[in-house]
Amino acid sequence: MITLLRLMLAFCKTGLFAVGGGLATLPFIYEMSRTTGWFTAQDILNMVAVSESTPGAMGINMSTYVGFMTSGIPGAVLATLSLAAPSIVIIVIIAKGMERFKRSPIVQSVFRGLRPASTGLIVAAGLGVAKLAFFPEGDLTAGLDLPAAVLAVVLFALLRKCKLHPLVCIASAAVVGCVLQM
Amino acid sequence: MRELWKLYRVFFNIGICTFGGGYAMLALLQRTIVEQYHWATEEELMDYYAIGQCTPGIIALNTSTFIGYKRRGIPGGIVASLGFLSPSIVIILIIALFLKNYASLPLVKHAFTGIRACVTILILDAVLKLGKKSVVDKRSWAVFLTVALLSVFTKLSSIVLIVAAGAAGWLFWHKDVEQEAAER
Repeated sequence: MITLLRLMLAFCKTGLFAVGGGLATLPFIYEMSRTTGWFTAQDILNMVAVSESTPGAMGINMSTYVGFMTSGIPGAVLATLSLAAPSIVIIVIIAKGMERFKRSPIVQSVFRGLRPASTGLIVAAGLGVAKLAFFPEGDLTAGLDLPAAVLAVVLFALLRKCKLHPLVCIASAAVVGCVLQM
Repeated sequence: MRELWKLYRVFFNIGICTFGGGYAMLALLQRTIVEQYHWATEEELMDYYAIGQCTPGIIALNTSTFIGYKRRGIPGGIVASLGFLSPSIVIILIIALFLKNYASLPLVKHAFTGIRACVTILILDAVLKLGKKSVVDKRSWAVFLTVALLSVFTKLSSIVLIVAAGAAGWLFWHKDVEQEAAER
């Protein structure tokens, strides 16, 4: 019971202070391992590997995994919900404010700056993903992974020309990866 | 009630397809939320995404809460977020219970080499669509390039970049917006 309560507090804190995508939760999880001894640094590496190779947002997967390691299925559910709760509250408050201030010229002009910036950040993140996808271990000097590059070009053509659904795209990429032992 | 169930189902599907830090999710959001159901416009999606970058929490989850809230208020926000969380909980639990060596299985490694290649093009697809709406004139090109380059080549956090871009937005566009408002 006490462990569940501590788990809840630890993940609420992570949800409240981890800002940004993907690995933003990781420092908090390291701190948790140091202060509580619930799991080791080696456990964290395993969790990262699993979270990266499963669907779902990385931070959410990590919290489910940590919760399970600590106190089984109730822990997994509780940790995940605790991580999500603060941001749900914050976003609802912001969404309410946005409705009210939508017509304000200040808000409108600020958003005109945010939209291209948001696109820029996604491009930067995409380049990071591309590096890992097309170069072994993300090392640019190691040479291009040709099969992966060809697969990407073919999928892109299908996505744009035949309006292939993104889900179908992901599934076929996984099958091709397995069949070709990429 | 039926609408809430639909929100849950749609975001459950989106949760399943979120590989690689929530960015691939964008292509799917565009396809289902913008084009199929018309629950939000492309511009709104970008606004949510920008805010999601600089508020606490997972970006993909923040975006789900936003869209759910817009559809059905607070219950909608909660239901969409739970829908997005559910597949993660189920999948991770199955792996933790039964597949301890999951991440080192050869089959998983091969599949994910393929999936990573696919995620890249899904991001490219999303960027091309977003760019058409957001990067439209010299000023927006300047903001776009500055943010992309700073994000790739420096360690500046995305929060700093988003806040600076918001300030630039006010500087660059407040006269235009006021004029547009006066014309209406």
